[in-house]
Amino acid sequence: MAITPPPERIWWNLPIARTEIIWIIIAFCWGLLMFSAMVYWHIEGEQNLSNESYRITPEAFAEKANAMVEQYQVREEAGFPVVRPPPGSDVYMIARLWQWWPILELEKDQTYRLHLSSMDWQHGFSLQPVNINLQVHPNYDMVVTLTPNKAGEYGVICNEFCGIGHHNMIGKIYVTE
Amino acid sequence: MPDFNHRVCPATGLRIHTSAENLIKANAVTAIVFLAIGGFFGLMVALTRWPGVHLLPADWFYLVLTGHGLDVLLVWIIFFEIAVLYFASAILLNSRLAAPRWAWTGFALMLIGALIVNVAVLQGNSSVMFTSYVPMQAAPHFYLGLILFAVGALIGCFVFFGTLVIAKEEKTYEGSVPLVTFGAITAAIIAVFTIASGAIILVPTFLWSLGYIGNIDTLMYKTVWWAMGHSSQQINVSAHVAIWYLIAAVVLGAKPLSEKVSRMAFLMYILFLQLASAHHLLVEPGISSEWKVFNTSYALYLAVLGSMLHGMTVPGSIEAAQRARGYTNGLFEWLTKAPWGNPAFSGMFMSLVMFGFLGGISGVVLGTEQINIIMHNTLYVPGHFHATVVAGTTLAFMAGTYLLVPLIFRRELIMKGLARWQPYLFGLGVMGISVFMMGAGTLGVPRRVWDITGAGAAIKYDYSGAAYLMMGLNGISGVLAALGGLAFIVIIVGSVLFGKRTGDKPLEGLTMTTATKYGSAEHIKIPGTVMLVGVFFTAFVLYYFVNWKYLAEVWPLR
Repeated sequence: MAITPPPERIWWNLPIARTEIIWIIIAFCWGLLMFSAMVYWHIEGEQNLSNESYRITPEAFAEKANAMVEQYQVREEAGFPVVRPPPGSDVYMIARLWQWWPILELEKDQTYRLHLSSMDWQHGFSLQPVNINLQVHPNYDMVVTLTPNKAGEYGVICNEFCGIGHHNMIGKIYVTE
Repeated sequence: MPDFNHRVCPATGLRIHTSAENLIKANAVTAIVFLAIGGFFGLMVALTRWPGVHLLPADWFYLVLTGHGLDVLLVWIIFFEIAVLYFASAILLNSRLAAPRWAWTGFALMLIGALIVNVAVLQGNSSVMFTSYVPMQAAPHFYLGLILFAVGALIGCFVFFGTLVIAKEEKTYEGSVPLVTFGAITAAIIAVFTIASGAIILVPTFLWSLGYIGNIDTLMYKTVWWAMGHSSQQINVSAHVAIWYLIAAVVLGAKPLSEKVSRMAFLMYILFLQLASAHHLLVEPGISSEWKVFNTSYALYLAVLGSMLHGMTVPGSIEAAQRARGYTNGLFEWLTKAPWGNPAFSGMFMSLVMFGFLGGISGVVLGTEQINIIMHNTLYVPGHFHATVVAGTTLAFMAGTYLLVPLIFRRELIMKGLARWQPYLFGLGVMGISVFMMGAGTLGVPRRVWDITGAGAAIKYDYSGAAYLMMGLNGISGVLAALGGLAFIVIIVGSVLFGKRTGDKPLEGLTMTTATKYGSAEHIKIPGTVMLVGVFFTAFVLYYFVNWKYLAEVWPLR
């Protein structure tokens, strides 16, 4: 029994059932396949993280974001600037207690280099209802090259706990035709 | 040599030393008290998440959520695991416990640490969640309490190792250690790794909270913290798999199909489970994909292989034992004629099924590097780990407690009728919590959020009606689970205090004799288990590829 010593001290010599051997082979191959799937997706898939990131101070990041807002602001909404940067450009979104700043307006099927960084604590960038979720750290500039493929209005929710205003930390991204 | 008080167990003939028995009792009872506290916090969380009820204000919600995570994920489980370690060493090896005074010191440190952490949380300045990610800062005694608790647990591990040495030296058993003890050794080895990682990160964080250290890198914190945080869940897996084998043996006389496979599966845990720190770092900046892919897969999924093997060998050993008893009709007579009215068995079997189907499959999918993008930090994550840690570990520990009451506390269960139903009630509730949180997560609802309506936000985002429905169903399931948990606590505390003493009577409902013998020739076929494993594998493959399809539909990103 499982609560008594095995019948032989060298339990390695005890026989293995055939069913078990077959299952070991199937499960091992399945593991190899799942491992390969991740590698394959890096080659053929369209949803991968770039690993492009830089160390940056909150001040330096805020400066870049401010410069972008100054240059490309098109209007204001709920006290937030709405920014329409040109396709292909570097786009900045600041995470701070408790907002995503500014609001972005992007063009469908165009590619943007989105930079994410936090001014204070960790935050979670959660684009809804697409459900793209990324972790945002202070002192790290994370670059995600993304291509919105559907026009509409998207929410940016914070999904890393960041204190008492966490649930109110909501931003917005517009995607236009 | 000093004289060691002991009695002889009427069911097994094993010597049970008073010092070991008392320590098992103390650790198990403390565990259950913290389960009650943490479970109550959990109910408050569920009732606040339920949009129609929305019970607590925001500050209380975040406070209670922090307390819930700490008390159940850490305190309840680790206290119970210390009891399991002492049981698997001193009791199963027929030995005295090494250094009982040290064991009591460890117990005291854990208790003091747990109390300090609870005080810190309830004071309101440490609502930083279980993970306490820097630079969000808790009060210094929050970290101090965790450190004391960890030191106490480490002492417990070394008492366990010491007991193994003593038992071997004093030849209290013959040959190799039993499989359950082997599983407990796995848990203890992983625990040492876990606690070392905890010390590496929590000690500097404590000094930082006191102002002696200026800055802690957020990514470094997360990487090392999860070497503790995720590894501690691997202690749970090893411990509850050991309990599955224990219950199958004690209740049905089941014998492992083959010692080699079951033990190698445990060995896979020791070698590979700790890599899973990476599961929490898949969408972080500053970490390469090569590192993520290798570590998140536990090196080619070798630890998953371990769990998939236990997933066959545990029900397989039960089937073999039942077939040897004559339940040989059809594929499933062994299962239908199993002792479903015995809460130890029903709890154990539900733990096995839900851990595999809900927790295991969702965990692998969630831990796939790219698929994590569509799930990270959504409610899918708590949905997953409620299936592993609550339906898996907690339900298995509850089932194990139904054996401890007659064997160690030597009391009969009170309210036997309620006890029959308790695992089903709790299991159903937890299944609902898990499934509906995963459902809400796939609809984008974030974890650790007080209010999903965004009522106080400058910019609004509306979740779908389905997301609200999921949150409501999650609330109802939380209430069911809380009732099941309450029933457990009432039954166990009541039995320990007021149950009829069993004395030296042989115990009802426990087999304690081996039902089957194995050699390659006399091996019993297990077609029912093969069928169950086939269903599991099909579900696994389908769900895995469906999620790749979901991923393929989101915005291209690189």
